[in-house]
Amino acid sequence: MDLAVESSGLTKRFGRQVAVDSIDLAVPRGAVYGFLGPNGSGKTTTIRMLLGLIRPTAGRHALLGSAMPAGSGRVLPKVGTLIEGPGFHPYLSGRDNLRRLDAADRTADPATSRARIDAALARVGLTAAAGKRYRAYSLGMRQRLALAAALLMPRELLILDEPTNGLDPQGTREVRALITAVAEAGTTVLLSTHLLSEVEQICTDVGVMHQGRLVAQSSLAALRASVAPRARVETAQPEVAGRVLHELGMSEVSVTGQTASGRLAGVAPEKAVAALVEAGVPVRGFTVVEPDLEELFVSLTGEGFDVSG
Amino acid sequence: MSAADLPVAQPVRWALRPELRLLRSELLLIFGRRRNWAGLAVLAAVPILLATVVRLSGGPAAGEGPNFLSSVVDNGYYVPLAALAISLPLFLPLAVAAISGDAIAGEANVGTLRYLLAVPVHRTRLLIVKYLAVMIFAVAAVGLIAVVGLVLGVALFGIGPVTLLGGEQIGVGEGLLRLVAICGYTAAGLAAIGAIGLFISTLTEQPIGAAITVLVVTMASFILDSIDQLSWLHAYLPTHWWLAFGDLLRQPIYLENVERGLLSAGAYIVIFWTAAWARFSNRDVTS
Repeated sequence: MDLAVESSGLTKRFGRQVAVDSIDLAVPRGAVYGFLGPNGSGKTTTIRMLLGLIRPTAGRHALLGSAMPAGSGRVLPKVGTLIEGPGFHPYLSGRDNLRRLDAADRTADPATSRARIDAALARVGLTAAAGKRYRAYSLGMRQRLALAAALLMPRELLILDEPTNGLDPQGTREVRALITAVAEAGTTVLLSTHLLSEVEQICTDVGVMHQGRLVAQSSLAALRASVAPRARVETAQPEVAGRVLHELGMSEVSVTGQTASGRLAGVAPEKAVAALVEAGVPVRGFTVVEPDLEELFVSLTGEGFDVSG
Repeated sequence: MSAADLPVAQPVRWALRPELRLLRSELLLIFGRRRNWAGLAVLAAVPILLATVVRLSGGPAAGEGPNFLSSVVDNGYYVPLAALAISLPLFLPLAVAAISGDAIAGEANVGTLRYLLAVPVHRTRLLIVKYLAVMIFAVAAVGLIAVVGLVLGVALFGIGPVTLLGGEQIGVGEGLLRLVAICGYTAAGLAAIGAIGLFISTLTEQPIGAAITVLVVTMASFILDSIDQLSWLHAYLPTHWWLAFGDLLRQPIYLENVERGLLSAGAYIVIFWTAAWARFSNRDVTS
């Protein structure tokens, strides 16, 4: 498989504390990879190592097929970044801050600089505020400017650390739509987040960090498939329904109030409905409940995620 | 415009143009900042204040007051010299300390360092460009004092043949050439402070702290230089040779101390730039 981000045994120790513990990342090209984990789980340290800001204690990694950090001069111009929140000169305008970053990029053509800066500002909806000093920007505008900087050049890979942090619900939707659009144009996106909902909405792949370790990594579809959906029956006779579900071979059958449910695990839903009717269960409602990713992640990490976003 | 219309990144080859573009951006950052304008205004105020005060009061009696001040009334040529001599112990080192202390620590402090490095700007390249900008600032600061002083001096006192320290006279043209040489020599001494500042700037994320540290080092050098019991140390102090610029006003020009001063500045620049590189090129950037 062609990988946009690849690491093996990537480790960072600060003194005696292990911040990142031997992780093997595999981000397929074209994926929107959700790098999911609670705060302090090592996501940002990993991203800093990927970009060559922090030297790994052990392990190696490659971006877009080139070994890092040796290939950084060639590879990083094709990588747009948002690292641990925006960072700009407060007394320069948003536009001047982008000019500065563009001037620093030796692969950027000065002749197209203005057009690219305008295009990037327009994409994140900052055109009107481009001339304002950065210090006067709200947190949401700062975040947008950081995204504009990540989109200054055509990129093959975006590494975005918590891109919707500090945005209002409208801004969050816009940024997610932007990421989806960039990904549809063929750019691989590695997106670190602590929001499970963000992963569910826009990601195709996911890697779960917990206390410095990558505890799970796969495509979202495969992950969903690994957990069978549940069948839920609403009926006045839940006890009987529960017994029928159990006899059909479902596991984890539970009966509460006016409902009975069980994990389908290969049992066709229509077969279950037929069996229930045959057994004389008065079925009021029958639903197939898709597996709950949060439940799965909690079982992986032993901790909950903030799912409010 | 969609991403497809934009040029694709070219493979990296060394070329002068991108380096000049980054240097230009760096200079815009330094000279576009209001704080630095204020600092330059203070530097420009030195010759203005000095010339105005001398003009209004008729000047100090001969033999009193700072170097060159007594000669100012007779010849506007001495205004820039007097202003440089007055600024050298504090204002000029302070200005260079502020700029050089800000070089890396300032970027780290506002969070732009990680983005510059991810652009990517190679760390060695960043240190070279940052230091070039500090040098250019030192030249600009000295040049500002000299130009403002000269213009105002000529306007208030006129300009005539220059009397040197030994009493000989030289023409205005040669006098101006020597003024340029004095500016260059002074800027070289300040560039040494700038290199120390660049190194200190790689140690911290607090630009103000870095600038104060650089100034403390400079002041300590002045103090140690004034203690006779430490005469063995004096030749190695970064500020020791600064006042040798007076030797450029002798006939013939006395070069021995100036040469040692330039050698000292060169050694400080090489040592501290290398130290900055050794520190910065391997450092984990967590700012």
